[in-house]
Amino acid sequence: MANILLFGEVSDKEISSITYELISAANKLKFNEDDKIVVALLSEVIPESYENLFSYGAETVCLVKNELLSRSNTDAFIIASKEVFDKFNPEIVLFAKTDLGRDVAPRLAFKLGVPVAQDCIDLGIDQDTKKVMVTRPVYGGSAIATLVFEDVETQIVIVRPKVFEPITPTENSKGEVVELNIELDEKLIKTKFIEEVVKESEGIPLESAKVVVAGGRGLGDAKNFDLLRELAEILGGAVGASRAVCDAGWLDHEYQVGLTGKTITPDLYITVGISGASQHMAGCSSSKNIVAINKDPNANIFNSANYGVVGDWNAILPAFLEAVRELN
Amino acid sequence: MLNILVCIKQVIDPEMPSSAFSINTSSKKVEEPDGIPPVINGFCENAVEAALRIKDVSDANITILSIGNKFVTEVMKKPLSMGADELILIEGPEFENLDPLSTVNVLRAAIQKLGSFDLILCGRQASDWDNALVPLGLSEMLDFPCITIGQKIEIVDQGLIVQRTLSNGYEIVESSLPALVTVTNELGDPRYPNLKGIMAASRKIPTIWNSKDLDLDLETLIPKLKLIDLKIPITDKQCEIIEGGDDEETGRNLALKLREAKLI
Repeated sequence: MANILLFGEVSDKEISSITYELISAANKLKFNEDDKIVVALLSEVIPESYENLFSYGAETVCLVKNELLSRSNTDAFIIASKEVFDKFNPEIVLFAKTDLGRDVAPRLAFKLGVPVAQDCIDLGIDQDTKKVMVTRPVYGGSAIATLVFEDVETQIVIVRPKVFEPITPTENSKGEVVELNIELDEKLIKTKFIEEVVKESEGIPLESAKVVVAGGRGLGDAKNFDLLRELAEILGGAVGASRAVCDAGWLDHEYQVGLTGKTITPDLYITVGISGASQHMAGCSSSKNIVAINKDPNANIFNSANYGVVGDWNAILPAFLEAVRELN
Repeated sequence: MLNILVCIKQVIDPEMPSSAFSINTSSKKVEEPDGIPPVINGFCENAVEAALRIKDVSDANITILSIGNKFVTEVMKKPLSMGADELILIEGPEFENLDPLSTVNVLRAAIQKLGSFDLILCGRQASDWDNALVPLGLSEMLDFPCITIGQKIEIVDQGLIVQRTLSNGYEIVESSLPALVTVTNELGDPRYPNLKGIMAASRKIPTIWNSKDLDLDLETLIPKLKLIDLKIPITDKQCEIIEGGDDEETGRNLALKLREAKLI
């Protein structure tokens, strides 16, 4: 029997959806019937809904409550996650590629001296070696790599969010609850949090919007985003941008879609003047429908788009906007 | 004086046209494109800029360190022309396929040989493998405080204050020195080398070390995560191009098409 340990997350006093995604990912790595999925929740507050985790496939839930386990205290999470690791001695450890996970997972791996697979979008067990095999985008999404762990005791995997769907929960499932009391000395926290400055983008948050309208360098100027805002408003969606737009200061970085920005999965993603560099596509390729308006017929965005318009957005967009308004 | 180390990486130019991107399936490597020289990873240039901004306002010495194979000296000397003081290149075919664990071990060996540093800066991730693992591993191995995705770095008294980019804004954290900080593009564009900088850089000769100089056991450099396949993803999407008599009509036709598909 082997343990598969995954580190769930708590945000706004609720279990964040990534936790359920990680359970689905862990399910793909169950090789023997008696392999056990252990979900660890490390937080300053433990939501009562942790019992739901059993309905999603958790067999053991490990709760670690400590006031120092707030998001900004990465050092506290490293110490606590190491103790959870020692308790369950898992063969496989899963983290999510979130603000927290991308800091904690690598440092835990290096502490243990074991390899870590970053940003995985598919997982499985190699039938010959019984080791974890992962698929992940590299070169900003221009290439896809498949890697397999060599003969190592522990395999740490960081999973890309919004790739694995949570399963439909079964009703009233029960499992084992382990409450772990971990002493955390404030002196061990080497980086001290001072304050957080939240810059909420206006309107619907990008990550949860069903429609996203995004502009690129091709729009030429910050003020031209007014048209996109208008369109987003009519469609009940949010505005996004390419990295070039944010680097130029036309919009804040909170609007950036892409590898180092936000990952979005809307039903409809309308891009205007975005060439579709792989770094951008890494953040939006899971959109259900992509519409591209671009003057360059060879732009990469048309390789990923369902509908394309080749031409000058200056003329196309106002007419499109007007027609959308009428149809609504 | 503040002793700053910036770790940088030479990568294939991520801005090259997608048509120039190809993979050698037998070696499982991305081919070096003809006529397109490599570049310093963008986030690493941001890290160099972060170091220079500290040097602009305080007494600092900046050492640049890189590991790789087949360095293009002119490319790697750019930080010197921007204003950095020294360049150390650890070069050899044995460094071609290093995994993050091995990279950290080689960096640590080099740092031990170089002496001690007050601040280590790295790019948040490299545009080839997008791993974002080496800086975190290095901080762990050196037992340095680690602050990731910094967009503003200030040296105060004996410590530093860093603004970290978050998905919904930023947070401010402080730590003592020595420390390691990874730098993101939100910090701002790296400066252009000026003529004086270029002249100064042309007179500087990089220090080049190999695995013997660092007393490295090559056996330990074998990747523990084995690459078994590398391919270009196939998009099976068929893009329907919307036509029209002129751009206005095309715009209206797009709206009608999206309504027909029940998307709006």
